[in-house]
Amino acid sequence: MNRVELTRVPLIKTALRSRWPQLILRVIALAGFLLAILAGISGTPVGSRNFGIVFVWIGWWALLMLVAVPLFGRGWCSVCPIPMPGEWLQQGALLKPQGRGLGLGKRWPNKLRNIWLQNGAFVLVALFSTVILTSPLTSALVLTAFLVIAIAASLVFERRAFCRYLCPVGGFIGLYSQVAPVELRVIDTSVCASHTEKTCYAGSAEGYGCPWQVFPPGLVKNTYCGTCMECLRTCPHDNLAINLRPFGTDLNNPTGRKMDEAFKAFIMLGSAVVYSAVMLGPWGFLKSAAYHIGSVQWLVYAAGFLTFLFLLLPGLFYAAVALGQTLGGKKAKPTGKAASRSRLFGTHRQAFTGFAYSLVPLGLAAWIAFSVSFVFANISYLWPVLSDPMGWGWNLLGTASLSWTPYLTQAVPTLQALILLGGLLWASRTSLRIADQQPAQPTAITRPLLQALPIIAFCAAVTFGLLGLLIA
Amino acid sequence: MKMLPSSLMNKHWKWGIFILLALTILLLPLPAQSAQASEKYIQIQASSYEYNPGVVRVKPGERVTLELTSTDVTHGIYIDGYNLEVIAEPGQTQTLSFVADQTGTFRLRCSVTCGALHPFMTGKLQVGTNALLWKSIAIAALGIAVVIWTVRT
Repeated sequence: MNRVELTRVPLIKTALRSRWPQLILRVIALAGFLLAILAGISGTPVGSRNFGIVFVWIGWWALLMLVAVPLFGRGWCSVCPIPMPGEWLQQGALLKPQGRGLGLGKRWPNKLRNIWLQNGAFVLVALFSTVILTSPLTSALVLTAFLVIAIAASLVFERRAFCRYLCPVGGFIGLYSQVAPVELRVIDTSVCASHTEKTCYAGSAEGYGCPWQVFPPGLVKNTYCGTCMECLRTCPHDNLAINLRPFGTDLNNPTGRKMDEAFKAFIMLGSAVVYSAVMLGPWGFLKSAAYHIGSVQWLVYAAGFLTFLFLLLPGLFYAAVALGQTLGGKKAKPTGKAASRSRLFGTHRQAFTGFAYSLVPLGLAAWIAFSVSFVFANISYLWPVLSDPMGWGWNLLGTASLSWTPYLTQAVPTLQALILLGGLLWASRTSLRIADQQPAQPTAITRPLLQALPIIAFCAAVTFGLLGLLIA
Repeated sequence: MKMLPSSLMNKHWKWGIFILLALTILLLPLPAQSAQASEKYIQIQASSYEYNPGVVRVKPGERVTLELTSTDVTHGIYIDGYNLEVIAEPGQTQTLSFVADQTGTFRLRCSVTCGALHPFMTGKLQVGTNALLWKSIAIAALGIAVVIWTVRT
């Protein structure tokens, strides 16, 4: 069904099943990560001359938001260096399973088996982001904290608890990986049904049981599959495949829509709007407020930021959903004031969660549009720091004296407009599809278009706001 | 040759019409904005990390002279799209003259590393009407109509 099995190509299959290409990429990434920490601690405090700032927040960010997430979903997670040291300790091996590792191997608490902690971690980083993105030392301390927490999580809990439940970056990569045109899926579920050992989850001599605590035969979305390829290695029946598929396939699947993921969509969309205003807008007082952590202005900024993310944006969206439900004739029949309110809220809550997935393409487009402006204007800082990562006057590659040059400045606004318009149309299409999937009340007249129209209006308003911030 | 199913063909021609109309809107020139032969002097104060005024508005065709004064450390202005630059030492004023021959909104960026928030020190130059913004809104409205048309039929 509109899918091309990439793992039918022998070269691709061999490369993905072998541990070496992945290990080489991860070791390179780990070296870069450690150099970023080292540069942040001992290099120049000037952010635009420090490898730790330029490599991570411009180079890596560009790669992540403009290439990896939209095209490969969780592809970055498969080579991310942060969980590596903890995983090596936990597994007691660098490659294939052998011997015993360290760690308590506890199960992650059931109550925390969601992405609320990741939502909180992202917001925490976002609140301090103007400092994290510009101060090499602060950035290095944050990266070190990621590493330490990942190691601790590996030593206390089983599998990759950090990646699955804590990583602030992994949370949004998972949400947006639903859009990506690649997926890892079981080829034939009946083969899995008769395979009693379930080596894809339990592990075998060939590889580890799913580090992401996902049961591969039950995979219907990309959200929590870290594309680590372990199941490709452990399945004795060769029953797993990497498929090429249409963009956004997961968004049409109503299975597993949850409030924590819905709020991730609001947090990401809201952050893109706030970042566009603070970092790319002409308002010095906003930049100053976001930067002076602990000051009264910063407290006001933080309160405003949190209100926008957790109250204003979801509140307006809730109003749009409620209006759509009323227009669309899905209101439950009231039998009394309290009952009516409760029933109405219940119905709207479900619709609220469902329709929030329309914001996935909109949010991704917002982040790409924001990143395009930021990255093309600043990527030229990368060339000098490759020659002089610490800012100590080295010239290793002969590029240390290359000056700052913004690229494509004439094309960027048009590119941003097209990206935002694409996100809006995709979000509109997704909201119409979701409206079709809403369960109807027995007595209700269902009018999906009327349900979706206020959501489309909400998405259009956010898009026009972003156009105003980015190109007006 | 295998034919596409009629429903898919139906959607394809609708999107084809949309792309044609969107391109027409994008490429269609707006009513000409009268070019001004006048001159405009604008004083801009740069301090960490803002320009004052943050938004500079001029008319198309005007000969613009920006007088940049830095009040703390060395700052610069780089104008996106025009690719022009001026740098001012602290306490000094430097000027940049140019003809505003491109309409739209262009970001002003500090071109000299001036401190922690240097990459975010930005302003805006608005020359006449921002056609891209209005065209984008028109294309958005048209696109939403086509999305509804394709999904609901």
